[in-house]
Amino acid sequence: MAELPGYVREGPGTDPPLDFPAYRATRLRVPRRPLVPLPQRLSEVTGPLLGEGRVGELDHDLTAQHAGEPLGERIVVAGRVLDGDGRPVPHTLVEVWQANAGGRYRHDGDRHPAPLDPNFSGAGRCLTDAEGRWRFVTVKPGAYPWQNHDNAWRPAHIHFSLFGRAFAQRLITQMYFPGDPLFGFDPILGSVPEAARQRLVACLDLDVTVPGWGLGYRWDIVLRGREATPLDNQDEDP
Amino acid sequence: MTLPVTPSQTIGPFFAVGLCWPDGPDVVPAGTPGAVWVGGRVTDGAGDPVPDALVETWQADPQGRFAHPDDPRRPAGGAGVPGFRGFGRCATDASGRWAVRTLKPGPLPAPDAGLEAPHLDVSVFARGLLHRVVTRVYFPDEADANAADPLLASIPDPAVRARLVAVVDGAGLRFDIRLQGEQETPFLAI
Repeated sequence: MAELPGYVREGPGTDPPLDFPAYRATRLRVPRRPLVPLPQRLSEVTGPLLGEGRVGELDHDLTAQHAGEPLGERIVVAGRVLDGDGRPVPHTLVEVWQANAGGRYRHDGDRHPAPLDPNFSGAGRCLTDAEGRWRFVTVKPGAYPWQNHDNAWRPAHIHFSLFGRAFAQRLITQMYFPGDPLFGFDPILGSVPEAARQRLVACLDLDVTVPGWGLGYRWDIVLRGREATPLDNQDEDP
Repeated sequence: MTLPVTPSQTIGPFFAVGLCWPDGPDVVPAGTPGAVWVGGRVTDGAGDPVPDALVETWQADPQGRFAHPDDPRRPAGGAGVPGFRGFGRCATDASGRWAVRTLKPGPLPAPDAGLEAPHLDVSVFARGLLHRVVTRVYFPDEADANAADPLLASIPDPAVRARLVAVVDGAGLRFDIRLQGEQETPFLAI
């Protein structure tokens, strides 16, 4: 069997380190032993291709999942899923979850004393189209306090979960809104190497905006790209 | 064209809002002949349960094949197990427990290294983890295949290596995930 091309491992400039003491919950949870290198073989270059059956008609519209409309600023968030080579990732599952406009999650563990919204669950999913495009309709999530340090507040964000086409591409991350004054105080965004932080910030886009209805934000998500095939680099050591 | 890759962020404590599927733990549907539960506890460096982790598994079918265009030996249509998804997802409960219902995968050809022993690839996401950690579950009834497995062979300390092999626990298989500490699970750089 021919060797399968793997996915490029990120260098140190992309992902946050696991060990990041300013984010206090890391302390007892991060592994302390060095990671064991895992060559990418069949299990790693394949992955779940989760299809249509998992996505309902209204799952992409978080404002239409209840009898009434949720409170808050209506927004549209849209973009593409691409790989590091610039290729669109088509028909891949995108899952999102977020706080409501008041900064409260519909979760028993959320103790923030802001009101729940009976018309907002805060979960969405969709499949990218043939060009890797996705789009959600929602309300802008609120900032909220957390227990990390004295007077700690999370900047507004939407959680994203992506599969891509391989186990090696799996990504869970967060999208932020442009110009949030809390950026400089947040150790979770701040855990990302400075040069890469902006990649997590959406931009206001009038083409995504629905005139007279709600502002639009654009955010492209880039998963790891393919390594060169063995044929491309046969003169180099692997 | 090379694009800068999007960085990871923690899954946070509230992922159950969006990521818990009723059939998440069903790598195979209930009633599948030969199905076995594989699961255990996720614990932190103090030995306390991690009640807000998400464990995901990915694996080949019992013939060692993937229903995926990048598996050059893809199963012939209809030859697979009905309802086999290959993927499992389970949030830990208050005591840190997770489990998926699955079938033991077949061994896999490794172009550079003989055969890989049957295994599940595992991702663990949790509050406090800024990106996922990855490990593997191997099977206790595969001593010969495990002895020849290239990843297991790359771990010199047999006691550490053994932590990647599930243990028989009643009718199922137990695989505890210790994020930190003396008995820390070996995690893999993918």
